[in-house]
Amino acid sequence: MTAAQLEIQLVAVVVAVACAIPGVFLVLRRMALMSDAIGHTVLLGIVLAFFIQGDLDSPLLAVGAALVGLLTTLMVEMLRRTGLVREDAAIGLVFPLLFSIAVILISRYAGDVHLDTDAVLLGELAFAPFNRFELVGLDFGPRALVQMGTVLLVNVMLVALFYKELKIATFDPALAAALGLAPGVVHALLMTSVSITALGAFDAVGSILVVGLMIGPPTTAYLLTEELWGMLWLSGVIGALAAIGGYWLAFALDASIAGSIATTIGAIFAIVLALAPSHGLIAAAHRRSRLRRSLAHAILVAHLDGDARGSSVSRLGGGLGWSEQFTQRIVLGAERAGLVARLSDDLVLTPRGRSLAQRRSLHEHEYAGDETLRQAPPASG
Amino acid sequence: MFDFLLDSTLRTIALGTATLGLVSGMLGTFAVLRRQSLLGDAMSHASLPGIAAAFMLTGSKASLVLVLGAATAGWIGTLVVMGITRSTRVKDDAALGIVLASFFGLGLVMLTFIQRRPDAAQAGLNRFLFGQAATLLVSDVVVMVGLGAVVLAVLALFWKEFALLTFDPDLAHTLGLPVRRLDVLLTTLIVLAIVIGLQAVGVVLMSAAIVAPAAAARQWTDRLGRMTLLAGLFGALAGVSGALVSAAIPRMPTGPTVVVMDSIIVIVSLLVAPERGLVWRAVRFRQQRQRLVDAMHDPSWSPMASGHDEGATTLAPPARGRDADHGERS
Repeated sequence: MTAAQLEIQLVAVVVAVACAIPGVFLVLRRMALMSDAIGHTVLLGIVLAFFIQGDLDSPLLAVGAALVGLLTTLMVEMLRRTGLVREDAAIGLVFPLLFSIAVILISRYAGDVHLDTDAVLLGELAFAPFNRFELVGLDFGPRALVQMGTVLLVNVMLVALFYKELKIATFDPALAAALGLAPGVVHALLMTSVSITALGAFDAVGSILVVGLMIGPPTTAYLLTEELWGMLWLSGVIGALAAIGGYWLAFALDASIAGSIATTIGAIFAIVLALAPSHGLIAAAHRRSRLRRSLAHAILVAHLDGDARGSSVSRLGGGLGWSEQFTQRIVLGAERAGLVARLSDDLVLTPRGRSLAQRRSLHEHEYAGDETLRQAPPASG
Repeated sequence: MFDFLLDSTLRTIALGTATLGLVSGMLGTFAVLRRQSLLGDAMSHASLPGIAAAFMLTGSKASLVLVLGAATAGWIGTLVVMGITRSTRVKDDAALGIVLASFFGLGLVMLTFIQRRPDAAQAGLNRFLFGQAATLLVSDVVVMVGLGAVVLAVLALFWKEFALLTFDPDLAHTLGLPVRRLDVLLTTLIVLAIVIGLQAVGVVLMSAAIVAPAAAARQWTDRLGRMTLLAGLFGALAGVSGALVSAAIPRMPTGPTVVVMDSIIVIVSLLVAPERGLVWRAVRFRQQRQRLVDAMHDPSWSPMASGHDEGATTLAPPARGRDADHGERS
């Protein structure tokens, strides 16, 4: 591995972790697509700052990007508050307009400057090592690394300093307001962090990968943990893994690094989506079938309890409207669980089965508190 | 001065952007009412691997081939989003974001493959990314008009079902309509409307073409039919005026100009649409305040009045409050 390769991966990992931190809060606040919106509108801030300052390296760019990021949030919020359009539509109205204005400004007044829309959308990580950050004659490493390292530090400090405020404002804005924690200020801080991160990341990886890195790892982590803290560090780890994996995928295929990292994020999400221990698809299917089985057992014992003499297996299925095959399976399972027993040809309740049946009839709603249901994910929406 | 109106290239471009505006405006009505405004954004990005795959498989850059590829990928992306939100605790915004980014990333990877092929002058594919209305050919516009007509015909055919699905999916289910299949069909139409416009305005700006005309039309009417027609009209208007303005002013890209026109229509609608407009709301507010002040100066007025006089009834909040907005589903 050459030094350049190492540096590219280092940049990618730093970008990934820096994006994951504000991303966690965006995902939890159901504002994931604000990253997409701000990722595009920072272009306007860059263009405006460029017109004022005349170069692309000025610190004014960060100020411009942060201001336009806040402007985006503010416009969305104002539109929503009129009550005339809903939030999703408000986002869809604001960011294309600001982005369009930026593109028009570029093509009319800055046609010959290195400020093209392709680079904004796609980025090019492969060139990161060639752009060095030098101060008083010393080489401090790739520019993007220094830039994103600073952003990462700011984001980490933001979360460390305002962890409690962010947490309460995210999960219970009403409580936060009642406690005097100013959820509005927290919101503005978060959006500033998103804007600066998007600005820092966009020329390294492009706005689409910013979206991927801000939303992908936190959403993946969301399937794996219930803790805010756990979600934060898991997102960082997943982001870093995707960055390194994506880099080597790009290396193997000789393809776009940003594109490969975004694809890897999607692949990691798909794997976790299938396999996550309690929120994954397989776990959910398993839980559903277990629930169906235990419900069927309850119906079976209740049915037998009403019919003291016992009942043959074949008559039973007909009476309950079950298929032959399903009945066989359920009876077998209930036998194994010691709820029923076969007496010559008839099926009778064991003492255990009877006590279950009686408990069921006393507490008809017991299933609502059953462990299997408590684990079920809350219905979305 | 108006020579450019006679230009046949411009006529082609204007016809293309008008078609895109009309179709995406009409379908956008449903996207906005169903709270799927950002679907346009996500699906236009998600269509990229489809475009790349269509080119890799057929080697053709014909508009129809690429548009169908885009539609397939966008459609798969939509189904993935719907599946994720239905079966896990991931919310729709996050699901859209993930599908958007990872599909787009996959598309980029595929594009870098294509770049290495000897037959790949990439120009024809790149315009799907950023949209180049200026390069629209008559054959492209024919494809747009043809697909647009199919989309609108299906919309007309299932009009009643889609209306019910949009406003009361539970009732639709109770009536025995195949809700999920209708849902997929309507979403497919929206995806088609999006990919039709891609080559004219590009992936980023397509979301405005979906959302803006519908959001503007919503301010003028409460009827679904009128809203749909009006959204189509607004979209077409923005398309044509955007094409004209960008032709009249040098170095003015068409796609962004169309979006600016769309936004102007939205702003005007938000301000002056009858009843809902912000200007009228402010006027009403002032009138009511004046009435209140007048009533308080009236010697016969008392705070304990039973509320049967004219002043009291007009003090009631306007019927159209924030909560009565938009035909809420919940």
